[in-house]
Amino acid sequence: MPGPPVTTSTGMKVRVVTLKINEHDIGARETDSILDVAQANHIRIPSLCFLEGLSTWGACRLCVVEIEGYPRPVSACSTTVSEGMVITTHSDRLKRYRRTILELLFAERNHVCSVCVSNGHCELQDLAAECGMDHVRVPYRNQPYAVDSTHEMYRVDHNRCVLCTRCVRVCDEIEGAHTWDVMGRGIECQVITDMNQPWGDSSSCTSCGKCVQVCPTGALVKKGTAAGEMEKHDEFLPYLAQMRGNR
Amino acid sequence: MSDSAKITLATAWLDGCSGCHMSFLDLDQRLIELAEKVDIVYSPIVDTKELPRDVDVGILEGAVSTEENLQVARRFRERCKFLISLGDCAVSGNVPSMRNTFDLDDVFDRAFVETVQTQPGRPTESLPTLLRTVVPIHHVVNVDLFVQGCPPSADTIWYVLTELIAGRTPDPTQLTRFGA
Repeated sequence: MPGPPVTTSTGMKVRVVTLKINEHDIGARETDSILDVAQANHIRIPSLCFLEGLSTWGACRLCVVEIEGYPRPVSACSTTVSEGMVITTHSDRLKRYRRTILELLFAERNHVCSVCVSNGHCELQDLAAECGMDHVRVPYRNQPYAVDSTHEMYRVDHNRCVLCTRCVRVCDEIEGAHTWDVMGRGIECQVITDMNQPWGDSSSCTSCGKCVQVCPTGALVKKGTAAGEMEKHDEFLPYLAQMRGNR
Repeated sequence: MSDSAKITLATAWLDGCSGCHMSFLDLDQRLIELAEKVDIVYSPIVDTKELPRDVDVGILEGAVSTEENLQVARRFRERCKFLISLGDCAVSGNVPSMRNTFDLDDVFDRAFVETVQTQPGRPTESLPTLLRTVVPIHHVVNVDLFVQGCPPSADTIWYVLTELIAGRTPDPTQLTRFGA
């Protein structure tokens, strides 16, 4: 049975539901995603494209979880909880899926960690370690992608991009510039600036650098950084998102 | 002389920088302890010229970039009961594999013509044939254990070897990672 309605900070009435994650009984608001609820209860679910403060994209599929009675796994970030859900976050099948996703990401473009400016501060590298991805079983594609260094402060290296679209979302939703977007399909898919023009020629970019800070890998970086020197800070994001939401 | 009670160990470096072997030497005083339990029967750091027929543990550093690398990898697989890929080049191709996005002719010119001031020109003998694509070891032979890192730390190598000596299968993923 759904619980009594509770009033949120925006005055909206939301019901409380009860569910189970990995055998733990949990109460949550019915508008929350499985990932929100898991994080609030200190249950770790690996994720990559998700970032608190940005809209949900659901592209990377690393946060897949199993729900009893569902025929296939669902992404925890884009599935809202409901009454009586029984959720598993780390079955052998889910671990195998996550590992395979990471192998495909590493095989698709150049993710050589040792010479990357983000070495040691990279979410993709951390996820490989967390999910036990210690070697890639599929063939590497070895296809070169462009590097755009035309911006005076920042660089985009498409070889390191995992197409999480955090840059696209932060630029549109937080900065309000919408310089970034996505073009092409499949292996041709790339993030672009303006109408696929060099970043340095962009008339919409404010050079705020939010895209660089939220990028999980070494795809968007500050110029002048050497291997391992690019540390990112996205702590500003939930605050900015909240301030924008309150206006 | 080989002591039959000891575990036999063979190592080689393929297309790598030898950094993983340097990390092995960074075991420092632990090398003495290791020598009491392990007999290094073939390695760039010992004198033997031939890989013995039957080896307990083989360790390969570096990626497979040449026909010779390919032969060594296959020979190690044939003759070693337990084969370890040591370091990112062996495990993922790492830096050597970054030539894969270039045409092989351009790679030769870059190495032997464009960046050479004295007698630039491609060598015509003594060089093993380059493979078109650099691949990790496990893409050409089966590998039993992957030890990531560029290079893996001496502590990681020590953990792997002592676990094997104790008869256990090590899991180095908690100690090292790509790029570590």
